[in-house]
Amino acid sequence: MALKEQELRTLDYEPDTGGHFGDYGGRYVSETLMAALNELDQNYRKLKNDPGFKCEFDADLAYFVGRPSPLYHAERWSKTVGGAQIYFKREDLNHTGAHKVNNTIGQALLAKYSGKPRVIAETGAGQHGVASATVAARLGLECVVYMGADDVERQSPNVYRMKLLGAEVVPVESGSRTLKDALNEAMRDWVTNVDNTFYIIGTVAGPSPYPQLVRDFNAVVGREVKWQSREIFGKYPDALVACVGGGSNAIGLFYPFLRDTEVAIYGVEAAGRGLSTNEHAAPLCSGRPGVLHGAKTYLMDNSDGQIAHTHSVSAGLDYPGVGPEHAYLKDIGRAKYVGATDEEALAAFHEISQVEGIIPALETAHALAYTKKLAASMQPDQTIVCNMSGRGDKDIFTVARMEGISLT
Amino acid sequence: MSSSRIQQRMEALKISGRKALIPYIVAGDPMSTVTVPAMHAIVEAGADIIELGMPFSDPFADGPVNQRGAERAINGGMTLAGVLKVVSEFRKDDNDTPIVLMGYLNPLLAMGEIIFCEAAARAGVDGLLIVDMPPEEEGSLVQSAKTHGLDLIYLAAPTTTDERLRAIGRATSGYLYYVSLKGITGSSKLDISDVSQRVAHMRQHVSVPICVGFGIRTAQDAAAVSSTADGSIVGTVLVSQVEALADQPEKIPNALKAILEPMRQAIDTNG
Ligand SMILES: Cc1ncc(COP(=O)(O)O)c(C=O)c1O
Repeated sequence: MALKEQELRTLDYEPDTGGHFGDYGGRYVSETLMAALNELDQNYRKLKNDPGFKCEFDADLAYFVGRPSPLYHAERWSKTVGGAQIYFKREDLNHTGAHKVNNTIGQALLAKYSGKPRVIAETGAGQHGVASATVAARLGLECVVYMGADDVERQSPNVYRMKLLGAEVVPVESGSRTLKDALNEAMRDWVTNVDNTFYIIGTVAGPSPYPQLVRDFNAVVGREVKWQSREIFGKYPDALVACVGGGSNAIGLFYPFLRDTEVAIYGVEAAGRGLSTNEHAAPLCSGRPGVLHGAKTYLMDNSDGQIAHTHSVSAGLDYPGVGPEHAYLKDIGRAKYVGATDEEALAAFHEISQVEGIIPALETAHALAYTKKLAASMQPDQTIVCNMSGRGDKDIFTVARMEGISLT
Repeated sequence: MSSSRIQQRMEALKISGRKALIPYIVAGDPMSTVTVPAMHAIVEAGADIIELGMPFSDPFADGPVNQRGAERAINGGMTLAGVLKVVSEFRKDDNDTPIVLMGYLNPLLAMGEIIFCEAAARAGVDGLLIVDMPPEEEGSLVQSAKTHGLDLIYLAAPTTTDERLRAIGRATSGYLYYVSLKGITGSSKLDISDVSQRVAHMRQHVSVPICVGFGIRTAQDAAAVSSTADGSIVGTVLVSQVEALADQPEKIPNALKAILEPMRQAIDTNG
């Protein structure tokens, strides 16, 4: 049920103590994981406000990641589109090339402060795996990354990167051999090795407290946009746009603005070959509530409740679920969720490369495709901030292959 | 409140000084026609309660053997409605053996928790064990289960704190399922002395019978577990056997019987 604007302005947007965002979220896991999640919850609550922890996190973001990332006026593109002024939040300029590292720095520090010498992660495209391997190397932690066997084949450059960084990459052969199966396998590892292992989840999905803590680590993105937008154009943006796979780059940008209801919020899901086909990865646009990977949220399943196989040109959006906070924001009407197809994303990928000199990640290209439509419907004195969640170097092989070009 | 088939069975076992043998197989693995004959064979081998798996596409608490079992069943066309059909078919010839459906929450939500509980009770199901629904998240399923006289069986783990144990003990009915190790189904590191200690400890906090599962592979394991717990739950070895015979399914019922009979004997001799 949509809430009134007055209510949206005053909500605290925090989950209850059980990690519920309205009906969504929670901790739908087997008993074997409850103790580990409770411990993580307690550690996180304690460390969140610990000056030493905060200081180390901020220093890593500044000196290792290179924050703050610029808020960049895409002037030429704005002119071409002929509507609102478009700004990019340049998460693609972070070390390792995406927003993912904001979260892995935070979680690896949690692992360190919790005395766990081993970290595990799941990955789809390999971006979160690389970001996890990176911080693990820096902190001297053992790192194991689970990756669907199909993704291992599709994303071999990232597999090699992870190995260079000293991580072990385990191909997952079960189920659809993609991201959701990698997540299952990481949970299985965690249950088995819970005494010495910290599970670094890559997005705002999973059981509580993950959706909240991954959001908090990524919220630096939205906080920076708040002061940068005031500094650059003297007010908050009129609209925010971000792509939504699990939803971490999106919630990172949105969260600090949730009470500022004059700022419109758009999350862009992967519409694959079209929302009217079964071949997409857009649970908020055309799925329904259910339980997956420890949380109640919107997801894609068949009439018997079996989780559906998804499709997107971008491996990072190719996931049948979504973070529970997005499910909540959709229902209360604070954010709007839309889709961009493979074709629209590929067109935006090329357009931004050529008009702005930035090769965006295919995930990001979905947000860019919708930004273009939205900007065209707005006035030149209005502004949109689009989260440039990652750079597209990792995707050039995929795009070349689709266009029949051989790179090797 | 009249006591359920599970409670009556556990009570009868207690009076006769015996321990429960609780086999687990996946409904529809490798095809639906095998399951009912397999269940009857399991009962002939001396099973007290049957845990019947409701296959799910993403069973994150299960090891590779049970994952493949679920995959075979789904590929063979098994659905949640199909599981209930298996149960009513079984009930035509067996009105005594309690049946617990074990699985994950999403398929139940897809059918609707209220509709599901009503249909399950009508089919002759006695209890539900929903792996990814701890007491904290119990919603309308619990109310509907109660309305329809279904026991809700919860899990306890080696890592469960005493405080949670008491809450779980209050929520669970029929029996408590103690997961004997830190790990997934099919892990092979059962530590008997550890299990004995934990079971003794848990008895200070919960009053329901305690059955132990995860990691019981041999008749000796079952006998050892039964010397402290109220029952042994045996799954992965059976699902492995089904897998080995997937292309000769007519042999499955007898093969399961051959695994369970020595377990039954060992449990009874020990007791
Ligand atoms: C650049 C980039 N953007 C977005 C995503 C999608 O994840 P999320 O929705 O959690 O931001 C990914 C995931 O791999 C990514 O690499």
